[in-house]
Amino acid sequence: MNGDYFARDLLELGPLTITDTLVVSLALSVLLAGLGAIAMRFPGPREVLEVAYETLERSVREMVAVDAGPLVPLVLTLWAFILSANLVGLLPLVSSPTRDLSITTALALISFFAGHVFAFRQQGWRYLKHYLKPNPLMLPFNIIGELSRTLALALRLFGNILSGELIAAILLYVAGLLLPVPLMLLSVLTAVVQAYIFGVLTLVFAASSVHVVAGSPPGEDGGEEPPPSSPANPTPTLEGTAS
Amino acid sequence: MNQDMLALVSIVTAGATIALGSIGPALGQGRAVAQALDAIARQPDAANQITRTLFVGLAMVESTAIYCLVVALVLLFANPLLG
Repeated sequence: MNGDYFARDLLELGPLTITDTLVVSLALSVLLAGLGAIAMRFPGPREVLEVAYETLERSVREMVAVDAGPLVPLVLTLWAFILSANLVGLLPLVSSPTRDLSITTALALISFFAGHVFAFRQQGWRYLKHYLKPNPLMLPFNIIGELSRTLALALRLFGNILSGELIAAILLYVAGLLLPVPLMLLSVLTAVVQAYIFGVLTLVFAASSVHVVAGSPPGEDGGEEPPPSSPANPTPTLEGTAS
Repeated sequence: MNQDMLALVSIVTAGATIALGSIGPALGQGRAVAQALDAIARQPDAANQITRTLFVGLAMVESTAIYCLVVALVLLFANPLLG
């Protein structure tokens, strides 16, 4: 019963191992994108999605002082994927993809690189200066801090989801059928909060490096690229689950 | 014999890791929530922003406890020293 809590190997393709979490996460991505694409065909669902997207976009933009335009679709996509990935574990026979450290690491790496690309596009090479910020002696600590918060991002999601499922499984083993139910309700809350936090932290980390460099108000309107009406494609998939 | 000893030490260490590692974050989170409630009671208008910051802060505080959990889980289920 020991190996059941972690990713199960389904089959081996040479050096590649296909795990159940990989299959579930790919299915989830296809499902989200497909539902979004189908919903955009019909006027009714389309309007619902657009209203939901605009509301969420406004609330995301209000969270940080810098112009987060290019990051909004990423944050909303992360919310949609992580939320559905966390919640799908409640179905019988399906395991949360976020219970696998590999998948949360991939998400954290996306968040890491997106933050740096965002800062680079806003500031050019100048954004590297914030690593020397209090004084150049702090450079190693700043770099370690940058890496450790990416690690923490991956481990936090993994640990929360895995611990929720472990606790439910252990209680089921020890106490019987109905006792794990309240704890599974609690893990619904955890799933929502963790998805929210992952998106918000991505945004905050990306914005913090820009904000530190900018410091002064003129940098804030960041008029380099006007991104207001971002892609229409990735957006609909989000709200299908987020609302 | 050696393996048994190693397993015993791993299990005890896993328990100690979780027990000791959850004290600090629990105190910190309690303090953060208390301060946030205080702030909301003073300024109900800012409740949304305070709650948002609180959640992000709690997640950061919690990550130390999560590190301990991961170490404990590795010791119990994926111990590299046990055959």
